Amino acid sequence: MAGLAAAFGSGAMTNSIEEIEFTDVILATGTNTTENHPVLSSRIKRAVRQNNAKLIVIDPREIGLVKYATIWLRQKPGTDVVVLNGLMNVIIAEEIFAKEYVESRTEGFEALKKAVSSYTPEYVEKISGVPAEDLKTAARLYATANKASLLYAMGLTQHINGTDNVKSCANLAMLCGMVGIEGGGVNPLRGQNNVQGACDMGALPNVFPAYQAVANDEARAKFEKFWNVPLQGKPGKTIMEMMDSAEKGEIKAIYVMGENPMMSDPDITHVEACLRNLDLLIVQDIFMSETAAIADVVLPSACFAEKDGTFTNTDRRVQRIRKAVNAPGQAKADWEIIADLSTKMGYSMNYNSAKEIMSEINAVTPSYAGITYDRIEKEGIQWPCPNTDHPGTRFLHSGHFSRGLGLFHAVEYVPAAEQTDDEYPLILSTGRVLYHYHTGTMTRLSKGSEERCPESLVEINPFDAKNLGIEDGDTVKVTTRRGSLEAKSKITKRSDVGMIFMNFHFHEAAVNLLTNPVLDPIGKIPEYKVCAVRVEKA
Amino acid sequence: MEKICSVTIDGKVIEASPGQTILEVARANGIYIPTLCHYSNTTNVGACRVCVVEVEKARSLVASCTMPISHGMVIKTDTKKVRDSQKMVVELLWASGNHDCLSCERNGECELQNLVYWLGIERPRFNIEPPNYKIENSNTMIQRDLTKCILCGRCIRACNEIQVNEILDFANRGNFAKVGPAFDNDYIDSECYFCGECVDACPVGAITFKQARFSGRPWEIKKVKTTCTYCGVGCQMDLNVHNNRIIKVTGNKDYIHPNEGSLCVKGRFGMDFINDSSRLTTPLIRKEKDGEFTEATWKEAYDFITERLTEIKKKNGPDSIAGLSSARCTNEENYLFQKFLRAAIGTNNVDHCARL
Ligand code: SF4
Ligand code: SF4
Ligand code: SF4
Ligand code: FES
Repeated sequence: MAGLAAAFGSGAMTNSIEEIEFTDVILATGTNTTENHPVLSSRIKRAVRQNNAKLIVIDPREIGLVKYATIWLRQKPGTDVVVLNGLMNVIIAEEIFAKEYVESRTEGFEALKKAVSSYTPEYVEKISGVPAEDLKTAARLYATANKASLLYAMGLTQHINGTDNVKSCANLAMLCGMVGIEGGGVNPLRGQNNVQGACDMGALPNVFPAYQAVANDEARAKFEKFWNVPLQGKPGKTIMEMMDSAEKGEIKAIYVMGENPMMSDPDITHVEACLRNLDLLIVQDIFMSETAAIADVVLPSACFAEKDGTFTNTDRRVQRIRKAVNAPGQAKADWEIIADLSTKMGYSMNYNSAKEIMSEINAVTPSYAGITYDRIEKEGIQWPCPNTDHPGTRFLHSGHFSRGLGLFHAVEYVPAAEQTDDEYPLILSTGRVLYHYHTGTMTRLSKGSEERCPESLVEINPFDAKNLGIEDGDTVKVTTRRGSLEAKSKITKRSDVGMIFMNFHFHEAAVNLLTNPVLDPIGKIPEYKVCAVRVEKA
Repeated sequence: MEKICSVTIDGKVIEASPGQTILEVARANGIYIPTLCHYSNTTNVGACRVCVVEVEKARSLVASCTMPISHGMVIKTDTKKVRDSQKMVVELLWASGNHDCLSCERNGECELQNLVYWLGIERPRFNIEPPNYKIENSNTMIQRDLTKCILCGRCIRACNEIQVNEILDFANRGNFAKVGPAFDNDYIDSECYFCGECVDACPVGAITFKQARFSGRPWEIKKVKTTCTYCGVGCQMDLNVHNNRIIKVTGNKDYIHPNEGSLCVKGRFGMDFINDSSRLTTPLIRKEKDGEFTEATWKEAYDFITERLTEIKKKNGPDSIAGLSSARCTNEENYLFQKFLRAAIGTNNVDHCARL
């Protein structure tokens, strides 16, 4: 998010999902699309099988997309920047970059050129393990395409240098003139249904809706007038900072709506200690989650099928959800609960429907100004949509970037925070599997998912398994500097030598007991993709 | 300028573009031609021959789904020859399968049943022993009864051309032809991803949603169009509701964006949680730290919270309070939540878990 916003002036997916099917080259890095965004992955697969597109996959694991790839660069975990800089090194050395575009639409090229000059294919091969020739082939494929779409997801951002990784992607795309054109772009794929919307709506410590900074006097004055109350100009705390403040006793009360930080945060033990230190923990959820279980008050809420509203998907499309069934017992829609509570607290909120709230959103959120319920009854609209005559925006940065000129960032390789050693010789990466979602609270109740994927597995390469005397299906003990757990092993070449993979859906094997809570200093995203572990037969 | 050619269908002169099939031109002009194996967004294979029409000067009937138009073509869709041929095809399909509509999940929305009725067939003339395949009951999501299969191949094309999961194919040829995963495996023993595209594609009751079995007839079901609650693709789907329960989920094809009617296993089969007995149904309060939860009314819960929040705010200032909003909740809820923290409490301590 932060990386793209710095380069382009907006952090959202630049292009549309359907454009992926009709582009010439697709570069997918750090996105296990067939499992995390299955229906979108069909477009990638159709592009390759039916429309002759070329697919470049950059991933340490042999993910599902590899079967469809023209070329697969298997880098060592945590060396993404090396590979991306290497691609640019080749593209600049061979002078196949978009010179005119770089000159007229971007700034900072000289600094980029200097930064990537040392990332020769030979150096890249040494650090990342990607063969120099493959790197060159991929670079030529991407740079010489008429249009190429770059896709990435958490595999790129959940690193200590996640923001740098994203900036590198932006660099590469701008270098080849791929931003602001149909079928091109830099496209972060959001893992959760409404991450985009939560950000757009200002559920962030430093911005109001539509990324209007709380520190900006003009923006604040506008909201003070609209909400009829004085507002603070000092940005608030991020989730990780909240936890630390709770531990120190500075934050006394936390209100959690629909989240389960006890499962999703890195280093669960720490999170639990922080939350237990609060005077008041309010949790509003559809289930008694791990976090709800330690709360002082639990409020039952309605799920998506029991209320009206909108979600904004990964390509900025605002779409309706509709009430289909009644909520169980006394459960209420989250918006009703917030409004009731606010009124009780002395700040009155009177809304009769979600539609009324959307009207208010239209008034204070310029990018959503034209997105009304009446207009999206049949089909969703993509923001920015500044007025009710506007059709919405399929791709961003056409003609010029949101910030004016696109900005190159000189990015240097920073090794992962935790390196392997004799005691912890393997690398653990975490992620999702097709059949489950996030912390598993919903999918673990579905018969089908449990049938197909009933337990957490430790994916390990046959070579490592043999060295450790592990047979397929053995229970193994996985230990890091923070904790240990046991789970069944699955021997598979999908995991590279020296690397294991686990998903984070199962509380019985809560993998975030193991992960490293170091944060990317800018994106404040934890390094879920690399930590050092030891594996042994249990 | 695109070239235009003109054709005559059932006496009506119609302008169309070259390259369009007879079926496409007819449909676009409100002329009904029945089909079975034709399935939008996949290749036309011309397998069932239910869509035949008479074309002047052609020696035999042609399959309208595969035949491109040419300038001056004169086409008839409702001659006796056409109907006789369609009846023959449909009677053979009826006779060669185990089409016992009484207990079939597709009764009321089966394309074969509709055709039998449309063509006015009382009974098939033939008596053919249906193949004696066992019902595939090996998983909880998809049920297959291949004795009802009419070998249209739609499931195969949906799997290979729409989802590109490349699981299904024809096994054997001719009289012993059969559709399914490689090695004639059950779905559960194959690499199948359980996206359910093949179920939506099947025109008859050969592939059905197992959990919806005996839960509601098509005409009793209310379809509510909504957006999937799982990943960021935001697929448009229909929740099929009967008696205040979601009995199955089908892809919504009214929309092109973003999913053109496709879903994945989570959107399709991941809705059991909604009716789960472990859902929270009442507010709960823990009066003493380390004590037990007790059930409360909304009023009690609101009073409990308001009292404590007000006290904390008075003693420690608004920045001693924080909120975590949710990427799972709606835009409207996220908007209100940050407004609550900022305007009602007076702090910018609001974030959500999307970083994770
Ligand atoms: S469920 Fe999906 S993957 Fe499985 S056979 Fe059907 S279409 Fe193919
Ligand atoms: S199972 Fe259904 S879709 Fe597949 S070939 Fe048979 S009738 Fe057609
Ligand atoms: S159906 Fe699958 S791909 Fe579509 S939004 Fe839901 S989880 Fe994502
Ligand atoms: S629909 Fe044309 S041959 Fe089947």
